[in-house]
Amino acid sequence: MKGLPLRVYAILYLLFLYAPIALLPLFAFNDATIIAFPLKGFTTHWFGDLAGNAALRQAVGNSLFIAAMTAIFATLLGICAARAGAMARFPGKGGILGFVMLPLVLPEIIVAVSLLIVMRQVLGLNLSNWTVIAAHVLICTPFSIAILNGAFQNLDPSIEEAAMDLGESRLSAFRLVTLPLVMPGIVSSMLIAFTISLDEFIIAFFLTGANPTMPVYIWGLLRFPAQLPVVMALGTILVTLSVVLLVIAELFRRRGLARAGIKDTGGFL
Amino acid sequence: MTALIELKSVEKHYGDYHALRGIDLEIRAGEFFSLLGPSGCGKTTLLRTIAGLEEVSSGTIRIDGRDMKGVAANHRPTNMVFQSYAVFPHLSVAENVGFGLRRDPRSKVEKARAVEQALEMVGLGGYGKRRAHALSGGQRQRVALARALILEPKVLLLDEPLSALDRLMREQMQLELMRLQRQVGITFILVTHDQEEALVMSDRIAVMFDGQIGQLADPETLYRKPANRRVAQFIGKMNFLPGRMLDQRGAIEVAGLGRAELAPEQALPAGGEITVGLRPETLAILFDGDTAPRRETRGTVAEVVYYGDMTYYEVRVDGIDRPLTVSMKNLIGRPVLEVGATTRLAWDERALVLLTA
Repeated sequence: MKGLPLRVYAILYLLFLYAPIALLPLFAFNDATIIAFPLKGFTTHWFGDLAGNAALRQAVGNSLFIAAMTAIFATLLGICAARAGAMARFPGKGGILGFVMLPLVLPEIIVAVSLLIVMRQVLGLNLSNWTVIAAHVLICTPFSIAILNGAFQNLDPSIEEAAMDLGESRLSAFRLVTLPLVMPGIVSSMLIAFTISLDEFIIAFFLTGANPTMPVYIWGLLRFPAQLPVVMALGTILVTLSVVLLVIAELFRRRGLARAGIKDTGGFL
Repeated sequence: MTALIELKSVEKHYGDYHALRGIDLEIRAGEFFSLLGPSGCGKTTLLRTIAGLEEVSSGTIRIDGRDMKGVAANHRPTNMVFQSYAVFPHLSVAENVGFGLRRDPRSKVEKARAVEQALEMVGLGGYGKRRAHALSGGQRQRVALARALILEPKVLLLDEPLSALDRLMREQMQLELMRLQRQVGITFILVTHDQEEALVMSDRIAVMFDGQIGQLADPETLYRKPANRRVAQFIGKMNFLPGRMLDQRGAIEVAGLGRAELAPEQALPAGGEITVGLRPETLAILFDGDTAPRRETRGTVAEVVYYGDMTYYEVRVDGIDRPLTVSMKNLIGRPVLEVGATTRLAWDERALVLLTA
């Protein structure tokens, strides 16, 4: 069979990608403190421990708040940049847009260290959830722009003009016509930014104040082997949540294209 | 008829680019007016300045006696059909057509009736519930038309509305647009690069080149008496022949054809070298037994282009550098000549057009 080696390769590749993640739920429901085979039996009490851990609940709360704020701000900035990129003409546009996308490829550790210096030494700020939010907005905005660019570039530039020609002001034309058409892109951008911020570790590690974010707290837990199954349980929840959010984001993106009557199979997922 | 739209020395600059150069124009109420020209001649820019989508750099635009300076598109008595139609893809057909009625004080039921009437007018009765993005190009265009006409504007602006349609659909829409215009009595301003479309549909046409109006006239005048070589070249086919003035009463010498008298109403230049134009259909190939009603010359067929109903011949005549284009109807029993055939050619001095530049 001609396709056999390729098929074997594909299966191995998928195993390599997803086997480690498949271990998470396996040990999250395993009735033993030690992460090792053979499995001991089914239990859900690690999830119970998780719910009973006040510090962990606090960390999850921090992370959700930071992720939500990051999603909102990064998307707002993304809308402005993508709209300018798609509709406006100004000198140096290419360079400026490229520069805005740069954080996408900057090593996070560099961003983290330099932001720590700026916030502590230069601005003299106290580290808090808001310093993390600022940093997460920085790294999430390029993703938002990339997603929203697609939404705005698929838009017929005459459409807003047509709305104005039919009696709407510039603002209401944007609200009635442009906004509904790019809304799927906005939702998709918010979900991606939310997901990125939620599990971001390096920057959060450098910039959190007294209250760690969830990834930082999990990292702290690793020093206590007895807590490992709880981490597995949390990991299981997070993976499920991330997958659900990404799928929703992609569905919205596709719906947006379908609305505008465009066929497309590419994109983020 | 009074002028509904008056443009006085309208100028438009985009940075270094001079898009409109001193446009003076009057468009009458109820007229089907076309702006015709090659791409980049400024015709769309001119339309957009009338719509209020572009500010003029200088000059004035008056619509119905009102100066439009500082009046945005949403407050002008104009509506536009965009080249891309710009139908809102997230709305239904009825929502698209009713879009401009948002601030209309009429009741919901009355508005719905107005929408249905507008749809019927463009031949889309019963399409209201359909999604806009599921429509064909021709249907989208009708939606764009209904959406603009429902607001009963003083002027309807059409930006190359037929260029995206296939040939059959285009010819059908030309007739339909003319019918609509007569029916609603609204002034239509059409932007097009298609001379045939402009000739078929318009009461008057402004031919534009390089941001200026080259000639403004009704279709027949434009075709029969183009003001200059550029207009003549852009509208229909035209043979250009060098010539020489012989006297001030209109006697000229045309290369290859000989002496001729120009029709007296044409303004004559002081003298010297001139260019005259001759439409292909005013020339005729003479077959055995035919006699020329007016003048005759001899030539050799250099090229034959067969169109079914017509045949275009390129005929080489001594004394003229470029062969003359002659169009002949393919009547019953009339043979199609072959390349290299020598032939007699009939021409008529009444068809000569004196061209400046």
